[in-house]
Amino acid sequence: MDVQIWTYIIVGLSFALYIGIAVWSRASSTKDFYVAGGGVHPLANGMATAADWMSAASFISMAGIISFMGYDGSVYLMGWTGGYVLLALLLAPYLRKFGKFTVPDFIGDRYYSNAARTVAVICAIFISFTYVAGQMRGVGVVFSRFLEVPVEWGVIIGMFIVFFYAVLGGMKGITYTQVAQFCVLIFAYMVPAIFIALQLTDTLLPQLGFMGTLKDGSFLLDKLDGLHQELGFAAYTSGSKDVFDVFCITAALMIGTAGLPHVIVRFFTVPRVKDARTSAGYALIFIAILYTTAPAIAAFARTNLIDTVSDKPYDTMPEWFSKWESTGLITYDDKNNDGKIQYLGDAANNELQIDRDIMVLANPEIAQLPNWVIALVAAGGLAAALSTAAGLLLVISTAVSHDLIKKQLAPNISEGKELMWARMAAGAAVIVAGYFGINPPGFVAQVVAFAFGLAAASFFPAIVLGIFYKRMNKEGAIAGMVIGLLFTMSYIIYFKFIFSSADAADHWWLGVSPEGIGAVGMAINFVVSIIISAFTPAPPAEIQDMVEDIRYPRGAAKEVEVH
Amino acid sequence: MNQNNHKRYWKRNLLYLIILLSIWFVVSFGCGILLADQLNQFHIGGAKLGFWFAQQGSIYVFVILIFVYVVLMNRLDRKFDVDEE
Repeated sequence: MDVQIWTYIIVGLSFALYIGIAVWSRASSTKDFYVAGGGVHPLANGMATAADWMSAASFISMAGIISFMGYDGSVYLMGWTGGYVLLALLLAPYLRKFGKFTVPDFIGDRYYSNAARTVAVICAIFISFTYVAGQMRGVGVVFSRFLEVPVEWGVIIGMFIVFFYAVLGGMKGITYTQVAQFCVLIFAYMVPAIFIALQLTDTLLPQLGFMGTLKDGSFLLDKLDGLHQELGFAAYTSGSKDVFDVFCITAALMIGTAGLPHVIVRFFTVPRVKDARTSAGYALIFIAILYTTAPAIAAFARTNLIDTVSDKPYDTMPEWFSKWESTGLITYDDKNNDGKIQYLGDAANNELQIDRDIMVLANPEIAQLPNWVIALVAAGGLAAALSTAAGLLLVISTAVSHDLIKKQLAPNISEGKELMWARMAAGAAVIVAGYFGINPPGFVAQVVAFAFGLAAASFFPAIVLGIFYKRMNKEGAIAGMVIGLLFTMSYIIYFKFIFSSADAADHWWLGVSPEGIGAVGMAINFVVSIIISAFTPAPPAEIQDMVEDIRYPRGAAKEVEVH
Repeated sequence: MNQNNHKRYWKRNLLYLIILLSIWFVVSFGCGILLADQLNQFHIGGAKLGFWFAQQGSIYVFVILIFVYVVLMNRLDRKFDVDEE
């Protein structure tokens, strides 16, 4: 059977599964809609968190980026996993004990202020939309290549599916769909990786193949370093970026991970404080399966790619080459008219341009794996993009229905009305996200990287100080969030949108790239918060008691039953 | 439970955090970034050690850190009688 039919079958089956789960687990109360009833098993929550977390950027773009950047790509590997240590140790158990529904809930109650709540709502909506735009572009890329429909139609199909289970099921529907999506995406990621590890290194586990030897007895990474240097690229295992910038990018990604509202809310859905800690651990195990495989795929794909194309006649290129050429993601320009492909580090003589996003998607074809594996990768990419999009849309919809309408505009609203607002907000958010998918503002991973900077500079300090510093008051927290966010946003917008021609190390402040500036924004937030709070009145006694109370696990389960 | 006990529980919790987060910092920012060049003289299998920490090793350590934290905290909760059972 050809790839096309396999793709229709496998993608179709996976979509039917998601819709079936959504119907089975639809939400009937606001508590179901916001926190899946608060009774999710930590293991299921770990899987859902992993799917929620691993987006189109993790699945489609990350290995490709590492493949092209070598050591410099490590910032994503460490950054997008290290944040879970912060989440597990500094945030998850306390937010679970706090026992409400959303991140703005915590900010609003802890800082006894609707102004603080509103700042948090704006941050949450802004971050989620920045991030969801990247997901929808991911859906478009996968559909246009594998279902051979126009990108617009791909996005619309994706919107329809997400609309169905996010609007119907809320957090409850999303949670159990995400468990299924995790299984699909991790299977789809591992199968080709294992095949290729066997082909190249005779090792079953890609993680070990990465450190292993090739058929000719040389170490994979040594061979790759050699190939790179021969062709004029920097050695694969050594970086070309400034150490301080690498430090800042990693920090911004880690802290951003811990501050992203769609990840934090997942820890509101388990029954006990203890479960919040454990499920952070499960989540990281499930994430680590993919994240320790990604560098292996990156190295395998890079070696395979160079072997296949470098200095080979253009006429002998395999079928995948021309397929991707037709999407414009591979371009070849025979500069010296010798009919061969010169793939070189030096831009003046290099004849081949390859979009980094295709590395994972094209990898099974490059390694000549069976057609069903190629179809499986398409289903996995869609699962990754859709699960994250759903999690983000839920944050947007609860920010509107719970934090804006219920908590501020109409406190006496009935539960049925609130649920209706939540569904309408989710519907509206899907449409806005779809618009971004059809008119994408940038590349998948780049756009996602901004969301991290913004989350790092706004939420993380406010929540950590709220838990660990009893004296922290509303004036300090609001000033910190606003200044941290404005600083980070202006820096990113300045270099990415206004003077993108100046986006180079010589112009950056202290040598920090826009990707790493969130770490500086976070530091500014901490300093501003602490200084302002020192000069303004201490928080009321009942708030200090609340902070005292969230530090001890006992009573968390009871807390939820009240609501 | 009395105030004094609460304080001791919280202090012990903070001590665990400081130790575990120091390890978190050392394996990622330390071994993977700041000391990567020095560590690259050593090898683990076919990978240079600093490069390996940056791409795989630190992730394995992160997972272990969270589970050590879970075990330590569950024990601490029971000892100070603030657990949920």
